[in-house]
Amino acid sequence: MAFDRTAHKYLRKNFKMPTIWCSGCGIGIILGSIFKALEDLNMTGDNTVFVGGIGCSSRIPFYVDFDALHTTHGRPIAFATGVKFAKPDLNVVVVAGDGDTAAIGGNHFIHACRRNIDITLIVINNKIYGMTGGQYSPTTKSGEKTTTSPYGHIERSFDISKLAAAAGATYVARSSVYHVTHLDKIIKEAFAHKGMSVVEIMSPCWTTHGRRNRFKTPVEMYKWLKDNMIPLNAWEKLPEDKRAGKIPYGVFVNKKDIPEYCEAYYEHIIKPNLNKKRRDFSEDIEAMKIKLEIKAKEGWHV
Amino acid sequence: MSEFKRVGIIQGNEACAVAAIDAGVRFFAGYPITPSTEIAEMLAAELPKVGGRFIQMEDELGSMAALVGASFAGLKPMTATSGPGFSLMQENLGFAAMVEAPCVVVNVQRGGPSTGLPTKASQGDVMQAKWGSHGNYPIIALAPHTVREVYDATVMAVNFAEEYRTPVVLLLDEVIGHMRERVVLPMPEEIKVVNRKKPSEPPEFYKPYKHTEDYIPPMAIFGEGYRFLTTGLFHDEMGFPTSDDNEITKLVKRLHKKIYAHEEKIWRYEEFMTEDAEYLLIAYGSAARAAKEAVLLTRKEGKKVGLLRILTVWPFPAKIVRELANGKKAVLVCELNYGELVGEVERATKGLNVPVFFKGRWDGELLHPFEIRDFIKGV
Amino acid sequence: MADFKLEDIRNLFKNKSRIEVRLSGAGGQGLILASVIMAEAVGLFEGKNVAQTQAYGPEARGGATRADVVISEGEIYYPKATKVDLLLVMTEEALTKYKHVLKPEGVLIYDEFYVHPKTLPVSRSFGFDITRTARDVVGKMVTANMVALGIISALTGIMSEEALKKAVERKAPEGTEEINLKAVEEGIKLVKERFK
Repeated sequence: MAFDRTAHKYLRKNFKMPTIWCSGCGIGIILGSIFKALEDLNMTGDNTVFVGGIGCSSRIPFYVDFDALHTTHGRPIAFATGVKFAKPDLNVVVVAGDGDTAAIGGNHFIHACRRNIDITLIVINNKIYGMTGGQYSPTTKSGEKTTTSPYGHIERSFDISKLAAAAGATYVARSSVYHVTHLDKIIKEAFAHKGMSVVEIMSPCWTTHGRRNRFKTPVEMYKWLKDNMIPLNAWEKLPEDKRAGKIPYGVFVNKKDIPEYCEAYYEHIIKPNLNKKRRDFSEDIEAMKIKLEIKAKEGWHV
Repeated sequence: MSEFKRVGIIQGNEACAVAAIDAGVRFFAGYPITPSTEIAEMLAAELPKVGGRFIQMEDELGSMAALVGASFAGLKPMTATSGPGFSLMQENLGFAAMVEAPCVVVNVQRGGPSTGLPTKASQGDVMQAKWGSHGNYPIIALAPHTVREVYDATVMAVNFAEEYRTPVVLLLDEVIGHMRERVVLPMPEEIKVVNRKKPSEPPEFYKPYKHTEDYIPPMAIFGEGYRFLTTGLFHDEMGFPTSDDNEITKLVKRLHKKIYAHEEKIWRYEEFMTEDAEYLLIAYGSAARAAKEAVLLTRKEGKKVGLLRILTVWPFPAKIVRELANGKKAVLVCELNYGELVGEVERATKGLNVPVFFKGRWDGELLHPFEIRDFIKGV
Repeated sequence: MADFKLEDIRNLFKNKSRIEVRLSGAGGQGLILASVIMAEAVGLFEGKNVAQTQAYGPEARGGATRADVVISEGEIYYPKATKVDLLLVMTEEALTKYKHVLKPEGVLIYDEFYVHPKTLPVSRSFGFDITRTARDVVGKMVTANMVALGIISALTGIMSEEALKKAVERKAPEGTEEINLKAVEEGIKLVKERFK
C-alpha cells in the first residue's frame, strides 16, 4: 500500500498543521510506520486508542484520528492501564519518550511489563529532553553534552529494552528511524502481540542534542544509526571488545506463553465470582432473629 | 417467611465499599494505606461479583491516572487513600479536573504532615482537597459524620462526579472510617443512581468540551467512534490545545461555573438545635459528633447553643453559614486540625460583627465534648 | 474487697440510657474482635444502638490496644468513651493508663494472669483468671477474649448469654465457633462460681 495515502487517511482532520516536530526529527517516520501497521492489521477502526505523556513523542495522539488521551508526564502507561483494564476490547497504544518511560514514569513502565497487560508501548528514544530544550535523560550516554550536563554527562544510561525484558514484557524489540523496513515489521509485530509489548526506537534529536555533540546536520545522526546499529544476530557473534559504542537492534523477547493481565483477571477473578452473593450486610431478619426496631433513628439522612 | 434487610455492626470503610457498588462504581485502582485499606480490600473481593475490576497499582500517582483512563473507557471509577497517598494523587486529580473525568477519591484522613499518625484521625486535608493540585479548578468534597452517612455520601459523591463531570473527594477520617455502628443500610433499589450525560449528536458534530448551557459537556467514551482528543493542556471546545486567552478564560470560567452555578444543589448540611441558639457551633465529619454532644451538655447548663453541621465542605456553603451566623453572639468552629475551614467561616461572616472562635485538636484524638463545652463557657 | 451481690452489679447497668465500655490490653489479645462481637450482640440481638471504636498503634502485633463500645437506648453522638461504666484490663499497662477514666460507681474486670493490682481504683473491682482459664480449661490461650466476654455477660447483663453466643457464632473465624463458645461458657462459669 502507498505510504503517503495511508498517512493522510489517519491524520486528525481540522488539527493545526504542520506538526510541532523539527525538520530532521524521526517521529514523523515512526508515525508513518504506526499507520501502516494499523492498516495492515485492520486496527484502524474505532477500537484503537492512543495515549501519550509529555514530550515531543507524546504529541502523536494529537495528530492521529483516533480516540486519544494526552496525559501527564510519566503517567501514560498508568492511564493506559486504566483504559485497557476497564475496556479490554480496546487496542491501547502508548507513545512515550525516554524521559516518560525510564525516568519520571519508570515505575509504571516496569510494573506494566510485570503485569503483562496488553498495551503496545512505543518508546521513542532520542536520549534527550527535547521539548524542554535539551536536558539529559536517563538514556543520555556518559560524556555527552546537554544543557544540564554542560561539562559532559557523568551518569550511566539505561538500556530501555533490557529493562523491559528484565521487568517481564513479553515482546521487546528495538529499531531505529533509519531502519524503516525493520521498524515497520516490529511495530506490526508489537501491535499483533497479546501482552505488554515494548518497541524502543532510536530516533535522533538534532535540534537539542546532535548539534551540541558534534553532529553538523540531522543527516549525520541518521548515518550514525546506520553505522552503529547492528542486527541482533550479528551482535551476538561480535566479540565483547568490539561492542562498545554499538547498539543491537532486533527482537529481544517474543513470548507467547505468559497470560495476559486482563484475560487472567477475567478468567481467574471475574468468571468464578460473577453473580456470587455480595457481602453487603443483608440479613434474613426472621431467621437471624435480629431486632430491627430500636429507639434511635438509623443515622441522619441528608 | 424471610425478610432481607441490610443491617449490621458496620465500619465506615465497609459502608463506603457497599455504597460504591450500589452507586455503580465498577473500577477501583489504589495503593494500600492505613486507615483506608479496608475499602480496597473489600472492593477487591466484591467488584468481581458484579463484573467490576480492581487493580492494586504501583503507587498513588498511577492509581489516579488509571482512574481517569477507566473513566474515559466508560466505567465509574473510585480510589481510596490517606494523606500521603492523597498528596501523590494531586497531580492527576488536577488532570481529572482539567479533562472533566468523573471519578471519586476517598481520603480517610490521618494525622500529618508526612507519615504523621497512620492510625489516628485528622481533618488536616480539608484545604488540600480544595487547593491540592496546581492551577484554577473547583472541587466537590463531602465529609460525612456517621457510618450511615458514609453510605449516603458515597452514593452522592459518585452521583455528583457523574452529573457534573468532575472529580469528587470524599473526606472520611480515621474515626469515621474505622468506627463500627449499628446501621441499617438502604437496599440498592432504594437509592437514586445518576449516570453521566452522553452526546446525542453524531461524531462529526461532537465537541468534547462544548460550552453548554449548564456548563457540563456531554461525555463520549473511547471506542464509540467519536475519536476525540483529551489533553491536560488548555483546550478549546474541540479538545485541541490552545493558548488563546479568550479560550482559556472561557474554560476556567466554565470549570468553575459547572460547580458554583449548581452549588445550592450540592450543598448538604444539618441544623442541630439552631432554632433558638445564641451561639453557633460549626463542625463536620467526626468532630461534629463531639460538637453535637457538646451542644447537649452546654444546653443542660443553660447556654443556648446550636450546631451547623456541614456535609458539603466544598463548594463551601458560605451563604448558609452567613445566614445562620447572623445575629449570634459568637460562632465557634471545631476541627481536627490547626485551623482550616475556620478561615472560610471568617470570610463568610465578614462584616456581621459576630466573633469567630476556633477549637482544634491535632494530636490524632477526637475532640472531646467536655473540651468544647469548656471552651464555649469561656467565650 | 467489699462484698457485692451479682444482682446489685447487674442493676447498675439496667435502664441506663448510655453505657460506656472499654476493653484494653495489648495487641494480639483479640480485644478489638471482642468489642465487635459485643457490639453485634447488643446492636443486633438486644435492639440497642451501639458504636464501636478502637485505638491502636501502627504495628500489627504488640503495643497497647483499646476498644470502646458505647451502648445507648437513644442516639449516640460522641462515639468514644468519656467516663466508662465498665473497664476490662488485660495488661498492667492498660490498668495504669485507664483506671482514671472509670466512673466511681463503675466496674473493673482485670485478668489475674497478667494484672496484679496493689490498690483497686474502684470498689467494684473483680479479678478473674481469664488467660489461665483460656489456656488450661478451654485449651487455647487465644480464646481469653471470649472468656472475658462470657464474664462481662454474666456479671453485668449488658448482653444476654443468648445474644452473646449468637454474635460469637456469626463473628468467630470459620471452624473456631465451638471452641469460642466453650470459652464463653467458661467465662460465665467463673462468674457463677464467684457469686455462688
